[in-house]
Parts: sequence; structure tokens; C-alpha cells
Amino acid sequence: MGSRASTLLRDEEIEEIKKETGFSHSQITRLYSRFTSLDKGENGTLSREDFQRIPELAINPLGDRIINAFFPEGEDQVNFRGFMRTLAHFRPIEDNEKSKNAAVSEPLNSRTNKLMFAFRLYDLDRDDKISRDELLQVLRMMVGVNISDDQLGSIADRTIQEADTNGDNSISFNEFIKVLEKVDVEQKMSIRFLH
Amino acid sequence: MELFFNPFDNLVCILLGISFTVWFTLLLVFIIVPAIFGVSFGIRRLYMKTLLKLFEWATLRIERGAKENNHLLYKPYSNAIIAKEPTSLEEEIKEIRRSGSNRDLNSAPEFEMSDIFYFARRGVASIMDDEVTKRFSAEELESWNLLTRSNNNFHYISLRLTVLWGLGLLIRYSFLLPLRVTLAFTGVGLLVFLTCVIGLLPNGRLKNFLSQKVHLMCYRICVRALTAIITYHDSENKPKNGGICVANHTSPIDVIILASDGCYAMVGQIHGGLMGVIQRSMVKACPHIWFERSEVKDRHLVAKRLSDHVEDKSKLPILIFPEGTCINNTSVMMFKKGSFEIGATVYPVAIKYDPRFGDAFWNSSKFGMVNYLLRMMSSWAIVCSVWYLPPMSREEGEDACQFANRVKAAIARQGGLVDLLWDGGLKRGKVKDTFKEEQQKLYSKMLVGTQEDRSRS
Repeated sequence: MGSRASTLLRDEEIEEIKKETGFSHSQITRLYSRFTSLDKGENGTLSREDFQRIPELAINPLGDRIINAFFPEGEDQVNFRGFMRTLAHFRPIEDNEKSKNAAVSEPLNSRTNKLMFAFRLYDLDRDDKISRDELLQVLRMMVGVNISDDQLGSIADRTIQEADTNGDNSISFNEFIKVLEKVDVEQKMSIRFLH
Repeated sequence: MELFFNPFDNLVCILLGISFTVWFTLLLVFIIVPAIFGVSFGIRRLYMKTLLKLFEWATLRIERGAKENNHLLYKPYSNAIIAKEPTSLEEEIKEIRRSGSNRDLNSAPEFEMSDIFYFARRGVASIMDDEVTKRFSAEELESWNLLTRSNNNFHYISLRLTVLWGLGLLIRYSFLLPLRVTLAFTGVGLLVFLTCVIGLLPNGRLKNFLSQKVHLMCYRICVRALTAIITYHDSENKPKNGGICVANHTSPIDVIILASDGCYAMVGQIHGGLMGVIQRSMVKACPHIWFERSEVKDRHLVAKRLSDHVEDKSKLPILIFPEGTCINNTSVMMFKKGSFEIGATVYPVAIKYDPRFGDAFWNSSKFGMVNYLLRMMSSWAIVCSVWYLPPMSREEGEDACQFANRVKAAIARQGGLVDLLWDGGLKRGKVKDTFKEEQQKLYSKMLVGTQEDRSRS
């Protein structure tokens, strides 16, 4: 049945989320309805199993990494605020935002924050560096059993060689940004709402 | 004390007696007799039109109330909320790479760190809105139909609307519900009794004729028990003997809806309890196909029994729901290919419910059967359209899977439903790993394929 979405989410909460994430009122209520429909345990939080129940996510080779991005270090449950904060990274950058000067805190959907989301998908141990091992593991997730260890190893080596500028054999966030400076991150890491 | 109560008791008894008699006479004249002969007074359609006008008014009131309070209404959208790109993995990753480099695409690099953007976006988009999980819960309505169960804007109701809702509640639970329950018991009871009686006759034309009449009559009573208002389209395509009728599945009521307009041989598992009694008595009058629980797993046995039935042209067409589970009537999910392998003519039927009058979808993880039937009988009505599509047969060079998909597409197109390739079994089970492996294979081709080109050049 359609959940009593808007009755359970108070207006003040909606305003707070609007300020923090930049989503509109109707987008927030829609996503809250989505959140409650995923929350099978009806306890106001989502667990990893709740995400894995989405078939399109379960067949995504990086599904587990993406699910992980929603959960802060060491936690197993995410509430609606956390859910929205992570989704906010994929909000498209509007024209009027581009011209704004850097506010006190950077908006969640800025180019840098979008790149940070992608960086964290690679950085398995959250130490702000992508080591050769981590890159290999993520590559293995993406290709499955179809490429040999050797081939994958040489791909990883080549990638680190091209990106690493300070010679520590791993990719830091700044090096990551430099490699992707020409890519249209704003468009490729954004999801457009229809309403 | 006794003397005091006696005349009062008498009066009560007399009153009760009179009201019961009136009640049953009305029932008989207006509902059961027409059901026997298959005619209709048109009362239900009038009822439906009145309700529609009421719902429109109710929705306008809510919208007005919300505007006055300067609040934003929760507007459900049954279509997608985010824009989904229908591009393939290869195309999208190439586009991402193209935007990031000035290099010539023929000497494309093997791997780019930006490739991950594709998977990230697809993943997060499916978290925001996916095609599958929403098919297993009831559809959200755009206008309110005076049932609390489908209202999201509860606190924008004016006094007048509340009164109307209260009146509706009264009518539904104290008048409609008892009426419908009585009819349901009558219908089922008659079915069991009469089919047993007919079972005593020797096999032959008389038995078949009577059996058909009895089945139709009892199903028609059941249809009225649900206040189902059904519009049948294209009846010239009705399934004939020796064929298989396939339809999309939304609830157990689908059977009653189809069987009240034509005679079918049912297929299913033997249950215990009341269902079992009904099944056993039905099969006395005409051959239905009931399986023991153990036989259901044996696909060859199932296929053999189905094809034996189909070859005997004197037997009724088989009714099958190939999705295997109830879907919420906004989409059609994968058809199991078993019934399409037999080689008989397939008569597709599309059933589309109008959710404004009562949602017919059975969410079996939320409601048991009895609870579900009570909800059905306490909603306003069940309104649906049935389309009989022209018969289809398997073509040369087409395998069962492709045939099933072709039939599914035809049903989806006619009913205005979304045609999905996903398996309805995902309601309860996990998705198969093969799909993930396919994605991985596709992506690997992008990494390795270019290496082959390189070694060639």
C-alpha cells in the first residue's frame, strides 16, 4: 500500500534535509517513500540486506561497494538523513549553483564531492590512497573471471604509472582528480529527476 | 421477569424474520436469478458511475484544503521518478572515456579510472528507483477513493469529506460486506453441492452441458459477491477446446473473472481444507488438472498431463498463469516457458484492473487469503477490463522462450502494462548470479578487446 510518507516526515525535517542536500520538497518526499518501501523491518533504518534486495543493484558488479558507501565506518544501519546525504552526491549541478562563490561548506553535489564518492569506491580501507592491491581487487570485481591475474596486474600497473606523480606507488585523491580533470564528471555522476 | 420479556422477544423475532425474508427475496431477485441466466440489471454500472463522481469531488476537496493551508501535497507518480538512460554498457563507457581524453578513440586505452562512473551511477539510480521491487506492492493512486488504506494526505480532509468517508465506511462494512459474504457462501456452497450431484451422472453430453451451466452460474454469483464490474472485449477470440489460455496474474480473483465468462479446465496444486473440498468436487463434474504437491516438481509429468488434456478435443481449454506469482498489475513479468513447449494454440488474455475502486493485487507476504478476501469484499468494487487476444502459435525456428516473450509482449501492449524480463520469483528469491556475470563479461570485452586490436596493429 502507498506508505503514509508525508505524514511521518515532519516539515522541519524536510527543511533541514533541503538545506543540507539541495533536493526539492517533492523529491525528498518521493525518496522518503522509496526509503520506507525498502525498509522491510519498518524500524526507520536500512541494513545492507535491504539494499541487496534490489535486483538491479544485486547484478551490478560493484553493487557491494556502492552499498558500502551508504554506511559510515563500522556501522550497519543507515537512517534517512544518511541515505539522503549519500544520494545528494548524484544531484545534478544546477546553473545557478555553478556561479555561486564557494559557500561556507561545499555542497554535497560539487564536482570534488562527486569525485570523492568515486575515489572511495576504489579506496577499500579508507586510508585516502588507492594502492595497487586495492585497484586490483576492484578491477577483479568489475571483470569477474574473464581476465587472467597477469593481464589484470599489468592493467593495474599501467594505470598507477600514468596517475602516480609523487612516486609512492599509490594514487592519492589529488592525483585522482588530476587524471580525471578533463572528464565531464558533472554530467556522468549525476542522476536527473523527472519532476 | 419472564412475562415482561416475552412480548418484546416475540416482536424482535417477528421483526428479524421479516427483515431476513425481505433480504433474501431481494438477494434472489436482483442477484441470484440474473446470475443464473447471465443477464444484468445494470445496477453495478450505475453504482460505478456515482462512485467516480464522488472520488473526483473528494480529490478536489483535498487539493483545495492543501492549498488553503499552504502545504505541498504528496503526489504519487506511477511512472519513473528519475531519467533512465537506455544506453548499453559499451556505449556509456565509451562516452565517458571520450569526454575525458582528446586521444583518438581507435587507440583507446584498456582501462580508465573513470569507467567506475558508469557502475556508480547505475547502482545509485537503481537505489533511487528500480523496475522490479515496486511491482510487488500495491500501485499508488493519484486520486483518493475514500478508503483509508490508500490515503497519503490524511490530514487535509475537511469536515464534509470526513462525514462522507464515515458514511462510506458504514455502507461498506454494514451493508455491502454482509451482503457479499452471504453471496460468497451461496456461490461456493452451490458449486460444491451441484458439482457433486452432476458427478453422479454418466459421462456424456448431458453431463458436460450441465457442468458448464453450473460452473458459469456459480462463478457469476461469486462475481456479484465481489461486486466485480467486468468489461469483456473481443469475445470472438475466446479460447476454444484444445487450446491453452494464458493471462497475467494479479490475484486469485483472476480465475473467477475469467471463468464467469467461459468454461476452462483449471490447473493447480491440490490444497487441503476448504480449497481442497472445492477442487475435489469440481473435478467430479468435468476434468480439471490437479497435481499432488510431489508431482509439481516433475516437469515432464506436468508437461505430459497438460499435453494429454490438450489433445483430447472434447476437453475444455486449460487456464494457466505463466508468471507463477501475483504481480501488482502495472507490469507483466517473465513467463515460465512450460506451457509454451506443449505445442498447442495459445489464447492470450490481458486483464487490467482499475485501481480506483479497490486494489485487487494480493500481496501474499502482507496479507493471508482470508484477510485479502475481506479487504476485497469491503472495498467499493472490483472494476476490470478483459481483452481476449487473437490466438498465437509457435512459429518456425522460434523456441519456447521466444514464443513466451512474444505472447507476453502482446498481453502487455493490450493491457497497457510494462513488459519486463525480470522473473516474478524475485518477489521471494534472490536474483541469479548469471546476470552479474553477464555484466562482467561485457565489461571485460571493453578491456581485453582493445588489447587484441593493439596486438593486431
